[in-house]
Amino acid sequence: MTAGGRNRVSRSRREARAGLAFIAPALALIAVFFVIPVVAGFLLAATDFDIYAVGDPATTRFVGLGNFATLLHDPVFWKALGNTFYFVLVGGPLSVAVSLGAALLVNARLVRCKGLFRTVYFAPVVTTMVAVAVVWRYLYHPRFGLLNQLLALAGLGPVNWLGDPRWAMPAVILMAVWKNFGYNMIIFVAGLQSVPATIYEAARVDGAGPWQQFRRLTLPALRPMLVFVGVITMVGYFQLFTEPYVMTNGGGPLNATLSIVMYMYKQGFRWWNIGFGAAVALVLFLIILVGTLVQLRLQKGRE
Amino acid sequence: MRRWPALVGLHLALGIVAVATLLPFLWMLSASLMPAGEASQWPPSFLPSRPTLENYRALFHRLDLGRCFLNSAFVAIVSTALALLIVSLAGYAFAKLHFPGRSRIYRALLTAMVIPAQVAMLPLFLLLREVGLVNTYWGVIIPALAPVFGIFMVRQYALSLPDELLDAARVDGAGEFTIYRKLVLPLLRPILVTFGVFSFIGAWNDFMWPLIVLTDDRKYTLPVALANLIGEHAQDIELMMAGSVLTVLPVLLLFLVLQRTYVEGLTMGGVKE
Repeated sequence: MTAGGRNRVSRSRREARAGLAFIAPALALIAVFFVIPVVAGFLLAATDFDIYAVGDPATTRFVGLGNFATLLHDPVFWKALGNTFYFVLVGGPLSVAVSLGAALLVNARLVRCKGLFRTVYFAPVVTTMVAVAVVWRYLYHPRFGLLNQLLALAGLGPVNWLGDPRWAMPAVILMAVWKNFGYNMIIFVAGLQSVPATIYEAARVDGAGPWQQFRRLTLPALRPMLVFVGVITMVGYFQLFTEPYVMTNGGGPLNATLSIVMYMYKQGFRWWNIGFGAAVALVLFLIILVGTLVQLRLQKGRE
Repeated sequence: MRRWPALVGLHLALGIVAVATLLPFLWMLSASLMPAGEASQWPPSFLPSRPTLENYRALFHRLDLGRCFLNSAFVAIVSTALALLIVSLAGYAFAKLHFPGRSRIYRALLTAMVIPAQVAMLPLFLLLREVGLVNTYWGVIIPALAPVFGIFMVRQYALSLPDELLDAARVDGAGEFTIYRKLVLPLLRPILVTFGVFSFIGAWNDFMWPLIVLTDDRKYTLPVALANLIGEHAQDIELMMAGSVLTVLPVLLLFLVLQRTYVEGLTMGGVKE
């Protein structure tokens, strides 16, 4: 073997060693603080680990699928599940639709100061959820809230937004859409800008109206972004927690805004039913996994 | 000339959405400057009759929220600085260094992103309790130091670095760590700024995990303190609004200054896939 060849061998070995060393801190952190806890979560979910076990782990018993059986007979769990699906299935599509509308508006050819509008629309996304939930709690105040004042101008209301079980979830959805439509809007705008303007001109010359242009050109161009946005939005919305924590004192009124994550938090961290809480978390995982796979499959089917 | 109606209608729609977006912020700011009780008077007023800073003074003097501000700043700055180091090393290695198992490990990391963080939370809490990290800043910081989306961002960007440049440095006898430090890090600067902004804002705004880990109210980060405050001070609207302004202001300013970088980073994941 020539000197150059040997050099290359040792150099590639050095590179491999460096590569492994460079990813080692990240992998170690992920292993210790994510992989191990996730595996432990599966194990915990099969036990009755509770407040006594926190003091003395020896009292823990293996219960198999017992926690899941208890869950299935727990009306509060079903309530939380139903609320979460309400939030995801109504709030998610609404949020994506508003984002798409805002993106089309902001990106329209005639618009001046595009950057300014984009910045304004995006501002709620970067702000702290707890703080805006506090603000909205007062905007929704039945007597002094800005929203009911505006409704009164139109001769409507007053609505007891966060105090009425029928209105609490719509109120949470409205705030969530306000908070995050800017995020998806930015992604849609990037997609819209990747469509060359000449295609639209050609379509106009062929006599295509605005609606036809939207259906035939814009929507197909946005399809990859729609998948991404759909999955990201769904996954985020399934993790509803901060809004009910701050706005409805943890899921009220009458559990109308109790979410799966809130239910897990209360079971696990407030009442220390840790095994049971871990089982709730696994149900959330399963739902998110199925939801993601379904969206990806639907998208493949359409292509 | 036919364009005028479209032009006006378009800007009217944009303006309405802009007002709807800004109104909660404007009201927050305005109410935070009102004397105590004015936000819950009838008829309600949008602007303070005589603007005052007494709510802000109360936050800092009576409620010690300045301390929580510093807690938040410490957590956000330290976790961002450490995450930058960890993520830049890993992202660069996954993009440019050849080692056995590289693509398999990378794919496994991306796949693991479907698992929601909540699955890990209860066991992680028990783990932190064992090692004495519950109710410490490090208990908040350490578990989030290797975000996979950060590794993904840096890798995507690092893929475009020219191999010839790295090879030339190797021929010159530079060690791999020297290449990373002297050559790669400066080239990765734009994406690291983007990730840094993401990370800082994310850490500043984070709520659920700090809420779980921190039990002593002197250690609370601002969002946790604010959520706690509304339990006792729900009637003090003006005070709560001042607290909200204090919490929101740093991230909002950071975004306004670095918005271009932030928005570019945002579209990376969506468009390039």
